[in-house]
Amino acid sequence: MYKIIRNRLEQGHRTSSYPKKPIQLPAIYRGLPMVNADSSLTLARRCAELCPQNAILAEERKIDLGRCTFCGRCAEVQEGDGDYFVRFSQRFELAAVRREDLITSGSLPELAQHAKEQITKLFGRSLQLRQVSAGGCNACEADINVLGTPFFFLSRFGIDFVASPRHADGIMVTGPISRNMRSALMDTYQAVPAPKVVIAAGCCAISGGPFHGSAEIIGDLNTLLPVDLYIPGCPPHPLTTLHALLAYFKQVQS
Amino acid sequence: MLKINNGERIDRSQIPRVSSELFHRQLSQFVRNNGFIVQFFAYPEDKQMVLLAVLRNSDLFILETTVGREFPSLTLNAGPQFNLFEREVAEQYGLRPAGHPWLKMLRYHANKSDKPDVFGNNYEEEIPGNYPYFQVQGESVHEVAVGPVHAGIIEPGHFRFQCAGEEVLHLEIQLGYQHRGVEELLQTVPHKRLITIAEGIAGDTSIGHNLSCCQALEALCGLEVAGGASTQRTIALELERLANHIGDLGALSGDVAFNPPAAYFGRIRGEFLNLLLALSGNRFGKGLIRPGGTAFAMGQEARQVIANKIKELRPEILHVCDLLFTAHTVLARFERTGTVTREHAQALGLVGVCGRASGLDYDVREFFPTECYGDLPTISNKVTSGDVLSRAMVRQEEIVHSLNAIDLLLAREEEPCQPVPVEGTDYALAPSSCVVTLNEGWRGEISHCLLTDDQGQLIRYKIKDPSFHNWPGLAMALRNQEISDFPLCNKSFNLSYCGFDL
Ligand code: SF4
Ligand code: SF4
Repeated sequence: MYKIIRNRLEQGHRTSSYPKKPIQLPAIYRGLPMVNADSSLTLARRCAELCPQNAILAEERKIDLGRCTFCGRCAEVQEGDGDYFVRFSQRFELAAVRREDLITSGSLPELAQHAKEQITKLFGRSLQLRQVSAGGCNACEADINVLGTPFFFLSRFGIDFVASPRHADGIMVTGPISRNMRSALMDTYQAVPAPKVVIAAGCCAISGGPFHGSAEIIGDLNTLLPVDLYIPGCPPHPLTTLHALLAYFKQVQS
Repeated sequence: MLKINNGERIDRSQIPRVSSELFHRQLSQFVRNNGFIVQFFAYPEDKQMVLLAVLRNSDLFILETTVGREFPSLTLNAGPQFNLFEREVAEQYGLRPAGHPWLKMLRYHANKSDKPDVFGNNYEEEIPGNYPYFQVQGESVHEVAVGPVHAGIIEPGHFRFQCAGEEVLHLEIQLGYQHRGVEELLQTVPHKRLITIAEGIAGDTSIGHNLSCCQALEALCGLEVAGGASTQRTIALELERLANHIGDLGALSGDVAFNPPAAYFGRIRGEFLNLLLALSGNRFGKGLIRPGGTAFAMGQEARQVIANKIKELRPEILHVCDLLFTAHTVLARFERTGTVTREHAQALGLVGVCGRASGLDYDVREFFPTECYGDLPTISNKVTSGDVLSRAMVRQEEIVHSLNAIDLLLAREEEPCQPVPVEGTDYALAPSSCVVTLNEGWRGEISHCLLTDDQGQLIRYKIKDPSFHNWPGLAMALRNQEISDFPLCNKSFNLSYCGFDL
């Protein structure tokens, strides 16, 4: 007992005050990319060439956040006197409700304003999600799990991950949907009572991620189920996911 | 057999190609004399198939043989170390290990050769779940099926228990749900995608797998890695180990309903992920390691951040460990639960934490050191009785060892090295070559093996995650255990599904 109390005192209170107070991630963290509209086409093409995800639309000076792994390579090349293609900001608010909004040069619609009224009314006070892992690398799952640790403490917002799809209001899918998980995923979705939401978390679920082009995956969740919310990243930072859930379901403004 | 070195390129023509009989005999003998398998896989060469084996005792060896449609099963004749490897060979290339006692598929995909399917499957149909399981018959015997979707945020897999009352007589673990065709992709994609995919083999081992990939590419391209970059890579691999081991101790504590350490370790694990973020911009270290070095220089500032954090966390970690390992209720649940004897561990060829907890004294960092490991002290484990407690204690010892190792590495006086430029990733791989890399990831021995043809094209990229050796260990740990101990045993192994499924 003595040890429990001593450790308790040493650990103290650790829960983050986000979203009441803003939180700053280190400069090396790569959040929302800010594409330089004035960058030369040659440079933009060089970047598109080196991108492992084919996520860069050179002509339009845009990046597809649904494909991007935020590896940062495209921010490393420069041309002549300081011509650069993109810089990554520390903005971790990356989620969107429309797939096409993820193709961006650096701005995303305010998520809270896109939340459908019916969704906030139904799920704004209590949201139970069933997570389905379908063929990724498990880092996405790991950083969803982190939301349960004392720092993020997700359940204080009335949001929980539940064991049974029957108890869930929706599913959060990670991974590129391996062929071998397709039917288990569909069964899980069917088992969730309507009305229900579908969230695609991580570039795998949105576009196949690093595994794009493999014959063993479906690659795009939207071809199987109607996706309500996209959360980019590889994996999405826990704050990205937290922001997405709070903004979309509870209309918390960033 | 040819003796090879970890991470050193050899000409493929140097690999001894022996007759099928000699191959069989040498492998059987090697395993019988306390030898272990590192790799065992097939690859196509012109019009024929070749079986290649990499073996280890205190040295590494390689040899190969050609094979027709069939080869005599080594699982049958030399033991269970070969079991999954042979099933993989059968599935990947349609080569039948004749006499294999339990020839079932692993990942449910059509084979990559023109040979008929060994399992008689039609891959247009849904295969997962659609095959017989090993069954125990008897009046009071019942079956419990769990998965693929589990009650938590974890990866999919199927567990089939044969029970008499509460007691588990047999557990069959059937994975493959996470299969996304990683090896096939690595063999075909432009080189710029290689490391991104390698980092996705098992996300909790992004550093370990990508390091194994980069070392192999470095060997094939003759790239040198500067000392400072090597230090940084070693630190990153140890940070990955720390984050995972600490997370595991927390999860084990949570599984026996002792919540304080679960909460504290859960939070402290995050601190280590944040250190990886400070090094690389990603909490799993994705994007950090590149062929030839690293993507970001580790400056004085980053060193200081890591050093300060470790100074702050070390006493906390020790205190929480003390809290965990002196709680009687915890010890009562950990001790003598899920025991894998040394004999079984050896027969199955367990590696890493699980192997060491059963008394198999093997650590790649000591036996075949890469990066800075040759300069670092080694570690020996005190509690090795093969139960949950041993697997937890080994993790605790490794945590302390890793903290010390990072301190030593940070104390090195080194110039920060230049980041590897991002362009120029169309590597000129040495033709007709072979390289095998091994690293001690946090779960154990990771190995990548790359083969090129006479044009320098990759003809085979073989990956082995330590989980490939260790899943059967979990099945053995459940023998004659109460089924209610499964979650605890499972946590004490904490194996990778995606690393296995590829
Ligand atoms: S950060 Fe995204 S867009 Fe840039 S190179 Fe990496 S994957 Fe491509
Ligand atoms: S999106 Fe990235 S982190 Fe998530 S599962 Fe896919 S590869 Fe892993």
